[in-house]
Amino acid sequence: MTRLSTTFAKGPALITFVTGGDGPTDAILDALVAGGADVIELGMPFTDPMADGPAIQAANLRSLGAGTKTADIFRIAAAFRVRHPEVPLVLMGYANPMITRGPEWFAAECAKAGVDGVICVDIPPEEDPELGPALRAAGVSLIRLATPTTDAARLPAVLEGSSGFLYYVSVTGITGLQQAAQTSIDEAVSRLKVHATIPVAVGFGVRTPEQAAAIAKVADGVVVGSALVDLVAKHGAAAAGPVGELTRALAQAVHSAR
Amino acid sequence: MTATPTANSYRNQPDEHGHFGQFGGRYVAETLMPLVLALEQEYNRAKVDPAFKAEFDDLLEHYVGRPSPLYFAPRLTEELGKSALPGKGAQVWFKRDELNHTGAHKINNCIGQILLAIRMGKTRIIAETGAGQHGVATATVCARFGLPCVVYMGATDVARQAPNVFRMKLLGAEVVPVTAGAATLKDAMNEALRDWVANVHDTFYIIGTAAGPHPYPELVRDFQSVIGKEARAQMLSRTGRLPDLLVAAIGGGSNAIGLFHPFLDDPSVKMLGVEAAGHGLDKEHAASLAGGRAGILHGNKTYLLQDDDGQIVEGHSISAGLDYPGIGPEHAWLKEVGRVDYTSVTDIEALDGFQLLCRTEGIIPALEPAHAIAAVKKIAPTLPKDTIILANLCGRGDKDIFSVAEHLGVEL
Ligand SMILES: Cc1ncc(COP(=O)(O)O)c(C=O)c1O
Repeated sequence: MTRLSTTFAKGPALITFVTGGDGPTDAILDALVAGGADVIELGMPFTDPMADGPAIQAANLRSLGAGTKTADIFRIAAAFRVRHPEVPLVLMGYANPMITRGPEWFAAECAKAGVDGVICVDIPPEEDPELGPALRAAGVSLIRLATPTTDAARLPAVLEGSSGFLYYVSVTGITGLQQAAQTSIDEAVSRLKVHATIPVAVGFGVRTPEQAAAIAKVADGVVVGSALVDLVAKHGAAAAGPVGELTRALAQAVHSAR
Repeated sequence: MTATPTANSYRNQPDEHGHFGQFGGRYVAETLMPLVLALEQEYNRAKVDPAFKAEFDDLLEHYVGRPSPLYFAPRLTEELGKSALPGKGAQVWFKRDELNHTGAHKINNCIGQILLAIRMGKTRIIAETGAGQHGVATATVCARFGLPCVVYMGATDVARQAPNVFRMKLLGAEVVPVTAGAATLKDAMNEALRDWVANVHDTFYIIGTAAGPHPYPELVRDFQSVIGKEARAQMLSRTGRLPDLLVAAIGGGSNAIGLFHPFLDDPSVKMLGVEAAGHGLDKEHAASLAGGRAGILHGNKTYLLQDDDGQIVEGHSISAGLDYPGIGPEHAWLKEVGRVDYTSVTDIEALDGFQLLCRTEGIIPALEPAHAIAAVKKIAPTLPKDTIILANLCGRGDKDIFSVAEHLGVEL
């Protein structure tokens, strides 16, 4: 059992996203865990976050503006692993910072820092050799994205070589803006579950405990990002408190959904 | 006739996965992947459809005004010969793509892509633009075919290319200023990709240069190759021989690959791509081959200006059309295999080349080909008199007169 599979075995999981290096990240991560988050998704900042809406774009730029380096992200992850030995942590980001020193370097750093998985927005299964083999060799899960445009014919290719969980992007669009209709999410999750032997988590556009609860009825995990990142933007150095509060409400909704 | 590609050809790239050696590929979000695959399928059908080619050719002839002239530049040749040693001072010729409808080579590609969009049943067009030439060309074909058009343009470029912004609006396009990052071409491309992800069902993204996810670098190259095909036939019929050196400016590399590609298997023809050295290669510039290294951005693997962490560094060039921190993947490959040479010229050298062409030939070039002219100025005096240099005059300078005036300290 890995940290990820152990976590998902306990029931629907709350997965929380924040951008590393935006605000007091160590304190924010502790607040997420204390609030009941089951999986931490830590964003690696990038200059060109093409799949992100205004909230997470701004978080990326704030983080880079504050001088965040890739080494800082691994430092944050490694310190988190020491403080929270059981809570899975995955990195999410874009290809270029991940491959720039070579995929083996990146995979080794992930393993060393206790990172459980990696979500890379812009490496589809077609370009898997760029990162996938190195991560698998290092025992780090490659978590792939499925979207409303991923049809049944494509899904096996998306699942091939991926592990940890499948991240279903519920809207055709960028982070933070629209929210998908619950019926379309229900339908998509049952479609994905026909093929997926790994847990299915749903994200993009999830902001409230009510939405999270509805999704947790059908999915193995619910991802919340922009709503938390908005709190970091608003409260800056004092963000841990408000982030913890929202997390508590979300976690309660997710954990009592089934 | 252009030689047919063979196994040892430089002209049979990319491979079936869209890779040019280690470069190119399809590095896009999963949402876009099915669309990019569908585009590839449709392009493969269109390539072998005589009706597609006939419509493309017809529009290029009667709407764009092709073929564009091949022009020997006598006074520029003479001027550059003055500083040459005896026996030196190459002939300078131009491929006059600045005479195209809308004033640049960009329209060749837009005609091809809008025909693909229509074949795919797409009803809304988006584009990114730097100098505004690609935006104007896209707005033009959208007006011609009656499709709504949204153009993303960095706010910095909106300011320095005001005439083109107004042109796009006249043509019925919506111009969206992008304020993220340095508010130039790279940021406009990010925003266009965000729009595309959110509107995959009805929207076609007309990319303006030979970059982006496969099949864009290939299809943009193919549509722009009309430049090189015409030039090759024209040069043979006018002089009975091939040019010795091709020169073209490089932003993303579409006018350059369009000129170069049909000549790649002619071993006697040398080629030189000219990147923008901005304030100088040791300062801010946009020369990704000279100052960058391989990385992934905007759907392809190519040379990028970036820091040690792989964060993208903003380019700088006096020319909005060259101000991009990447380059099309086929150029990255052609550099690596050594078939094409690449150099760079600074803002100041380009301004000088701009004025030189105005005064010697009565042609006001765009600031982008002014970079090619500046490179020609350096090389022509070093080559024998019977050498033929063919440079791509890929755009006219109407759009640039305000920014050139500003740089020259003239108030209009
Ligand atoms: C006249 C002209 N030339 C060149 C370029 C650079 O693009 P590319 O390198 O794709 O030809 C532009 C881009 O806007 C342009 O307007």
